Amino acid sequence: MDKNNKTTPVNSTQVDETKGVIKALLDGRNVNHEPDRLGTLDDESRIKVLSPGMMVFKRFVRNRLAVTGFIILVFMFAFSFLGGLVMPYRQDQVFYRTEYTLKDFAGATFNKEIRTTVKDGCKFPTSAYGKMILAYNEGKREFKSNDSYYKFSVTNDDFFQITELRVLSNVTARKMLYLYNDVDGFTMSAKMKEAFETAHKAGEDSFEFEGEKYILVKEGFEVAISKEQEVAIGSSLIYDAYNAENSSIVNSYGFRLEAERAMAEDKQSFSFDGANYLLEEGENVSTIYRLDGDTKQPFVNVSKMIVNAISPDVFLPVEFKNTVLNTVLNRENKFTYVHEDGEEIEYTLNLVHETYNVKRMTETHLIDMYHMPDEKHLLGTDMNGMDVLTRLMYGGRISLLVGFVVVFITMIIGVSVGGVAGYFGGWVDTLLMRFIDLFNSIPYWPIMIITGSVMDTMEVDPYTRVFLLMAIMGVMGWTGIARVVRGQILALREQDFMVAAEASGLSVKRRIIKHLIPNVMPLLIVQGTMSLGSIILTEATLSFLGLGVKFPIASWGSIINAASQPYIVNNYWFIWMPAGFLILLTVLGFNFMGDGLRDAYDPKMKR
Amino acid sequence: MSKFVLKRIFLAILIILFGSFIVYAVIRALPTSYVETIARQRAQLPGSKSYAEWLEQLNALFRLDTDIFTGYMGWLSDAIKGNFGDSWAYNVPVTQKFKDVIWYSFALNIITFVFQTVIAIPLGITAARKQYSKTDYGITFFALLGISLPSFFLSTILKYIFCIKLGWFDLYGIVGRYHEQLDTFGKILDMTKHLILPVFVLTMLNVGGLMRFTRTNMLEVLNSDYIRTARAKGLPEKTVIHKHAFRNTLIPLVSYMSYLIPSMFSGSMITETLWQIPGIGYISFGAMTQGDIPFTMFYNVFLITLTQVSLLIADIMYAVVDPRVRVN
Repeated sequence: MDKNNKTTPVNSTQVDETKGVIKALLDGRNVNHEPDRLGTLDDESRIKVLSPGMMVFKRFVRNRLAVTGFIILVFMFAFSFLGGLVMPYRQDQVFYRTEYTLKDFAGATFNKEIRTTVKDGCKFPTSAYGKMILAYNEGKREFKSNDSYYKFSVTNDDFFQITELRVLSNVTARKMLYLYNDVDGFTMSAKMKEAFETAHKAGEDSFEFEGEKYILVKEGFEVAISKEQEVAIGSSLIYDAYNAENSSIVNSYGFRLEAERAMAEDKQSFSFDGANYLLEEGENVSTIYRLDGDTKQPFVNVSKMIVNAISPDVFLPVEFKNTVLNTVLNRENKFTYVHEDGEEIEYTLNLVHETYNVKRMTETHLIDMYHMPDEKHLLGTDMNGMDVLTRLMYGGRISLLVGFVVVFITMIIGVSVGGVAGYFGGWVDTLLMRFIDLFNSIPYWPIMIITGSVMDTMEVDPYTRVFLLMAIMGVMGWTGIARVVRGQILALREQDFMVAAEASGLSVKRRIIKHLIPNVMPLLIVQGTMSLGSIILTEATLSFLGLGVKFPIASWGSIINAASQPYIVNNYWFIWMPAGFLILLTVLGFNFMGDGLRDAYDPKMKR
Repeated sequence: MSKFVLKRIFLAILIILFGSFIVYAVIRALPTSYVETIARQRAQLPGSKSYAEWLEQLNALFRLDTDIFTGYMGWLSDAIKGNFGDSWAYNVPVTQKFKDVIWYSFALNIITFVFQTVIAIPLGITAARKQYSKTDYGITFFALLGISLPSFFLSTILKYIFCIKLGWFDLYGIVGRYHEQLDTFGKILDMTKHLILPVFVLTMLNVGGLMRFTRTNMLEVLNSDYIRTARAKGLPEKTVIHKHAFRNTLIPLVSYMSYLIPSMFSGSMITETLWQIPGIGYISFGAMTQGDIPFTMFYNVFLITLTQVSLLIADIMYAVVDPRVRVN
């Protein structure tokens, strides 16, 4: 810098500057004085007169800090306004990650209870089922439940055939007198009564009438005439259809009955509903084939194990169930199964109480929180699974925009009030200055904090909130500008050129626009640049406290707000540190540049 | 002079009234659950009035049922009598809470002020003496850095390094876990330890402004004629700087420092909140966000009054240090 000063004396330091200019002027005058000697005024002897704008520019460029500030700001603007365009993500885009976790896929257990299949149109209530098990354990083969009598036979310990004795008529029999009390719509014919009475007198337990067998259940003098009727079968075997479409056939009473009978009687085949079935009994698993002409097709698998998928929309193929069964029987805890789509998946089994939990690695979608920086997310993701770098870019837009809008508002109000006060002077000036004094008394931070809380409780929409925030900051911050502008205009008014302008009869409008404003502009630019930095700082502080820009809108302050949790500060530097440095650099940039501009516009003001 | 002072005092009173009214108007917009909570509590007492009746009575008591202006006038008539009411957020008389917490803030700020002055003024003078040198650039850079540093970011970085990574200090608060078991000296040491980082933050933030102010004024003085005269008559540089230049720089400095008086008692709201130092800043931040009207009003009136008083002092001080002003 010093070297520069020496080579171009015209633009030397402030102190030397005036001297330099005078010297150059003197040189110029000397040249002019003796034009004949040199002939014409050539470039070498001509003084280079720079335009005021150029002078400012030169002085600005020479200031290293100012240039640094300018470069920082150019970078920040590119980062915020172009970065958002370049980034493929949106600011509120939530990222997910897939994770493989061992999750329950199915449950398997050995069936130990008798499961009943009820015949169509009949009822076998749960209470009756309970009574039946009780009776079975007591070694009885009949029981009564809900005024109905049941009988059952057991084959091979696990094939129950349950018949209900449906009471048709309750008879009170005393000596020779029979009182009939028919049940629901049944009427005993005279002949039937006769048949019954004969049987009863003979002390028989049943009688036949018109080819039907009626059972007599005696209880003291009461005799219930009832008809035997099959209601249900019970079995501890589990039937798994090979094809889900066939489950209704498999679960039907008739099929079960036939199959169970065949098994109980050790038959190799049976027929049901016009189709022939082949039974192949194994030690643990039996398979029933359906005969289609000559071909036999696996139709249903019979085992003692229940395998159910956790998710209701998954149909487990019989092969899978058999694999599970075999794995359990082999006392292994792992198996691989090739699904229909050719996918080979490894399953693990673990026993909890009596249930085998079949687990497999399952893909799960999670919000990708606190993702460490990598090539996909250069600065990772935040606690909402949003890309930090993208949010920083969009946040920069808001932060810079807030700065510019607020400065614009303060300028408009400040220049109007300060300009009017300075230009008109007198009582207008006094009045406006007193008003500024009054306005200044409003404490800045308390008001910002209270209005922030007010907006919080009123649940103002985040987008509206940004505008309100800008408006409040603008209205609260104009007095400084007004004071400076008033001071400058008061000073300018007294200067000779203004007097000259007035004397030459220029209109007020022209005097203000052509002469006053250009002289106030440099000051405004410097003030504006400096206050941009402080406004960005204020906005960031408010957002940090949670009283400024709110989620989902990103601003640098609201991003660094995450740092109020020590957990994040400790573990995830990439969430809060970049935002902090961006704020610091931007404010520094504005301050450097403002400083440089002030220096460049008015060297006498010093830095 | 006395006429000027009287005029200033009159203006100050007007300003205090206006400022407190604005604060009152804004905070009245903040719905507070305080009255509802109290009313609900009292309504549940055996044999009590109904909730609605309590609510009405309490609203009348706290002047929440009137319009803002009437409410303000009511508050003002109480305040003039010295009755600032009870804090809603802290459930103690406002003045008592204020007395309890103000000294933390004062200690924090007075220490900061000493550090700030000791660092800023010599550096500012050095920068001015060696204008455009490397030292000057360095100091200017440092000053601008301090001004540009967001307090929350600096605090977070310091917490990250010194509290989390190194574990030298506590993250929050003014006292440590075992404070009550310490003797008096130990207690003071404990508090001092907790104040180190907040003081550092405040000093870093404030030192820049004062440094630049000193530098600008020193430059102005150094470029004035009487310094040239002093140098011309062959005085040693030391005498020129200390006797002739520095004394004249003091005039604007004293007025600048007078503006710092209000911040002695109020200026560190954000830093106190960040470090949870229970000073007036942190306490009033809590009060303001919770819509605690009595405390907020007291705090803000205190602030405005302090500002006006300090402005008055600045004017008077100006006259004290600069004999030219006294003549006028």
